[in-house]
Amino acid sequence: MSSPFAVQASEPDNYYGYRSFKHGKFEFSRDEYFVKVRWPKGSHVMPADVFLRALQRDVAWNFFYGTVNFDHVFGTLNHYGTVDMFAGRFNDAYRKAGLDYNETHKSDELLATFKAILEDWTNKGYDPFAAPEETANPYGRKNGDNVKAITRQRVTAQRMVGCAGDTPVRTDQNGYPVNRHFADVPQDQPQMLPEKGFEDEVKAFNLFGYLSRSDVTWNPSVCSVVRESLYCPTSEEFILPVEHGNDRVEWFLQLSDEITWVVKDKETGAPRANVVMRAGDIAAMPADIRHQGYSAKRSMLLVWENNSGKIPELIASGKAPVTPVKF
Amino acid sequence: MSDVKTVFGSLASFQKGGIQVIADDPKNYVFSNVFDVASKAKPYERVAVGKNFEYVIECLRTEGTSPWYTADHDEFALVMDGMVEVELQKLGPSQAAAGGKDGAILVKGDPGGPRMGRIVCHRGHMALLPKGNAYRFKSARPGVVIIQTVQGELTIQRWAEICETRSAPV
Repeated sequence: MSSPFAVQASEPDNYYGYRSFKHGKFEFSRDEYFVKVRWPKGSHVMPADVFLRALQRDVAWNFFYGTVNFDHVFGTLNHYGTVDMFAGRFNDAYRKAGLDYNETHKSDELLATFKAILEDWTNKGYDPFAAPEETANPYGRKNGDNVKAITRQRVTAQRMVGCAGDTPVRTDQNGYPVNRHFADVPQDQPQMLPEKGFEDEVKAFNLFGYLSRSDVTWNPSVCSVVRESLYCPTSEEFILPVEHGNDRVEWFLQLSDEITWVVKDKETGAPRANVVMRAGDIAAMPADIRHQGYSAKRSMLLVWENNSGKIPELIASGKAPVTPVKF
Repeated sequence: MSDVKTVFGSLASFQKGGIQVIADDPKNYVFSNVFDVASKAKPYERVAVGKNFEYVIECLRTEGTSPWYTADHDEFALVMDGMVEVELQKLGPSQAAAGGKDGAILVKGDPGGPRMGRIVCHRGHMALLPKGNAYRFKSARPGVVIIQTVQGELTIQRWAEICETRSAPV
């Protein structure tokens, strides 16, 4: 992954084989098992797989909506053009101790560093997008790379999957076999019976079949669009690799199986609720929380977003409520 | 043969989850279940189950033949239960929704334009309801459809009736 931006990277470590990186005053290094993040006020250690799975989402989502907490200490906050990289900022104990630290960077520059870290620290056979049962061990000394896996493009349909000129449906032939956990999901396509001349408007596709063929987990991808209303369904297995702190209300509709959401306060990390969602359940995630999902069996989740760029300011200024409905 | 079992819901069989509050109000999660909502709705009531500013997700109990609808923006119908046929037809003069109008409206009379076609959908199938055209649903037996759309004059909001207000371990 070549980048037009200068990335500060060391030579590979003589023993572990990994490069260390600097961006601003943050420093990143890894060994066989762990990643260490250092900043002027402190340091933090994370398991390498936890760091890489979170980093993969942050890179693929271009810092996503709001806060991407890699864990309870380190993460990023998107300002859509610039991005904050922080340690302890959304951790009550770190803040009270004065150990929190924040830097603001241009998004494309920090993204270049994150991509370089991801590429160097992801070994051959390890796929940070995959469920743990479906990928190799992330640990050990430097052993090759997996550029193909970490550079997947996030699906962003312009109108709807399957429409003319839009994102195609997934098939065995285009490289998307049915996942082992969805072997029983029907693969029939809707019967489209257009009159002559209306072939491009009489369109439908099998969304559940499409999701059963996803080769990634916890990666919401746009499948249908009504103005700024985006349906971003995704397949989920194991643990959402980040604690996502939204800057707007986000909705979840559980399409199949079950996910447990552990919900915490966005600012402090204090526990607020556990939400268990089963097939057909729909719930809002308020704009003042962070959430992390647990899915024992691979499940289908419809993530519904309002993509309007006006919302973060409306929420932050108190002009719009943090919950979508009062009743 | 795989022994995997993917659990989908239906009008006949669904099991709701729930909210265990630690320090919160269950109402903040606006938690409901589309099968539960559809099981208590009249056919083709467009009940909002999700709302994000002007955008909504409407839940419809599909049973029999719906009225003809149209909207000045695309909408998308996802079948959650049952078999639903979507009919599409061009509108006649003065039948279209006003430019920029939000949400679906009822078409006055039958659509005056040519037929565009039909789509037969089963569970999990998503159909485009294209902007500026008429559509209606047919369902021989009760089913459930959710529609990605904009809040409009046909959107019904009954949050207090459909949403979870209790905290309970699940």
